[in-house]
Amino acid sequence: MSSDFFIPDPEGTVPSVEGYFGAYGGKFIPEALVAAVDEVAVEYDKAKTDPAFAAELNELMVNYTGRPSSLTEVSRFAGHAGGARIFLKREDLNHTGSHKINNVLGQALLTKRMGKTRVIAETGAGQHGVATATACALFGLECTIYMGEIDTQRQALNVARMRMLGAEVVAVKSGSRTLKDAINEAFRDWVANVDRTHYLFGTVAGPHPFPAMVRDFHRVIGVEARRQILERTGRLPDAAVACVGGGSNAIGLFHAFIPDTDVRLVGCEPAGHGIETGEHAATLSAGEPGILHGSRSYVLQDEEGQITEPYSISAGLDYPGIGPEHAYLKDSGRGEYRAVTDDAAMQALLLLSRTEGIIPAIESAHALAGALELGKELGKDGLILVNLSGRGDKDMDTAARYFGLYDTDAAVEADASAADGAAEIQRDTK
Amino acid sequence: MSGNIQLLADTLERAKSEDRAALIAYLPAGFPTVDGGIDAVKAVIAGGADVVEIGLPHSDPVLDGPVIQTADGIALRGGVKIADVMRTVRVAHEETGPGPGHDVLEPIDRYGVERFTAELAEAGGAGCILPDLPVQESALWREHAEKHGLATVFVVAPSSKDERLATITAAGSGFVYAASLMGVTGTRESVGAQAQDLVRRTRATTGLPVCVGLGVSNAVQAKEVAVFADGVIVGSAFVQRLLDAPDAAAGLDAVRALAGELAEGVRRDRANN
Repeated sequence: MSSDFFIPDPEGTVPSVEGYFGAYGGKFIPEALVAAVDEVAVEYDKAKTDPAFAAELNELMVNYTGRPSSLTEVSRFAGHAGGARIFLKREDLNHTGSHKINNVLGQALLTKRMGKTRVIAETGAGQHGVATATACALFGLECTIYMGEIDTQRQALNVARMRMLGAEVVAVKSGSRTLKDAINEAFRDWVANVDRTHYLFGTVAGPHPFPAMVRDFHRVIGVEARRQILERTGRLPDAAVACVGGGSNAIGLFHAFIPDTDVRLVGCEPAGHGIETGEHAATLSAGEPGILHGSRSYVLQDEEGQITEPYSISAGLDYPGIGPEHAYLKDSGRGEYRAVTDDAAMQALLLLSRTEGIIPAIESAHALAGALELGKELGKDGLILVNLSGRGDKDMDTAARYFGLYDTDAAVEADASAADGAAEIQRDTK
Repeated sequence: MSGNIQLLADTLERAKSEDRAALIAYLPAGFPTVDGGIDAVKAVIAGGADVVEIGLPHSDPVLDGPVIQTADGIALRGGVKIADVMRTVRVAHEETGPGPGHDVLEPIDRYGVERFTAELAEAGGAGCILPDLPVQESALWREHAEKHGLATVFVVAPSSKDERLATITAAGSGFVYAASLMGVTGTRESVGAQAQDLVRRTRATTGLPVCVGLGVSNAVQAKEVAVFADGVIVGSAFVQRLLDAPDAAAGLDAVRALAGELAEGVRRDRANN
């Protein structure tokens, strides 16, 4: 078992054959894509039970990605969480710096099996784009990444990384110029080039089989973390916490714990400037059932079904949809979803950096902020597992501006209250 | 058959009896404004369109290219509502025969299938084209569409396998929308042999009329397609004329003229065949 890192859901009852998690999921796509999506489903079904596929993926996960990832107890950080113990699952230590590589390697192998030579992908923060460009370099595949124009600006470092790896990066100028529009553009490319192109979808949304397949490639996160925390503490955590944009790192952490009904599964959504301001991307907290990007799930939409523009300081969470399995977990009550504001996430980012020497991605900082809250609720006997889905290098520009860390005008212009908050944490932790 | 679906069938049949393909024009409702869009519908009908497909603008039109996406964006920023779409359908219906809607399922799903089909039928709509509704997800929609005498027009693509074509055409009504190529909406230099092959394979499974869309922008292409299809669907070329026009009147003249050229094009000139 310890050498297996590709661990598809062994006996899951969802999704159904048609790709439904309860009322959510399905396959709402143009006819021109039906053959391609069906081909992915058929090929994945074959690969799932092919020992040669598992062996190749396992070898990559050990020797290329660096699995298993560590489990780190963060006691100085936890000192700010009511005394609960907090452990971080260190997906930030994977090659390329986030959990995204787990899914990308699996789908890249699948691309080769299907005999396709070109890969396209969408990216928000650039973590999935970088991981995809990496796998394409490794396997000699042509690579085009679609990224909203706004995101190419706020994540310029990742754009450079993708280009360094040989990928073409297309800045998408339509719509809100963020992740949702990058996905629209990638679908358009796929329709036109489907013969030789695989759409390496980056999260647990989209048409069946993507939600289930991407989940399977990330299941390793929870399987490892469950084993590791049992070894270290002798018990299961009270809560497993993860940030939720499309939901891939969260489902990866949660899935192995679903049968453990005493373990709360807590997803932290981006509340942006606050749900009441309308400037947020908290799809499960503030959205309602609808259809977006090929499946039925919760979406942010107006009364006539038009998608409303999401907002989050985190480019990776700035999405008006959510994977259908999360919608299913929410409705069934097995999953809990709470909203975390930009400010709370940024304070948690600073706190982890200053107390533990770990700079998290802004995405993951939403989960850390949720853990601080939960810790106070659980008290000193609490045990919390947090998925640290990515590292924060890519976010340094955003964070430096937010906290006023540059020796330039930016520091002067930085939000005074943010700087106050930073000073407070510094005092607090000395 | 009952309801407006019969009007659609009659219109396509009439074109056939005149030895020509039907001209189906696509225009998004609310573009450039709601009233301007209604005027454009009247103009293409005056120019010779047999059927007008009214688009329901959406924030995320995945199957549409940049031209229609731009028009949808203008319509949405102008505040177009589903009620305005219905008003546009009503005008199309009163001016000529049928005006089926061309919609993505996303907004309808939120609005409610029951309410949407009832209002569309009441406005005189003949049916719906739902490009992101695959046949296997269509049972609920078809149930309500049938109840209100509306056609459910499915899209078939060059990638559709024969067995799947049979499933799709068995579930569809009104006509079959054959996508001429693998891609999104927009004008193209040429409409390839893929379209003819797809129409041939589609006809092998159904007696429904087969109309071809995607990429047709001028009379020469319309003539090529009319040789093997029952209808020629043109959208982006009309929208482009409206986008390029210096003012509203010039835009209406331009789409009327284009409809006229295309209506000539869809006549089969047997001497040349």
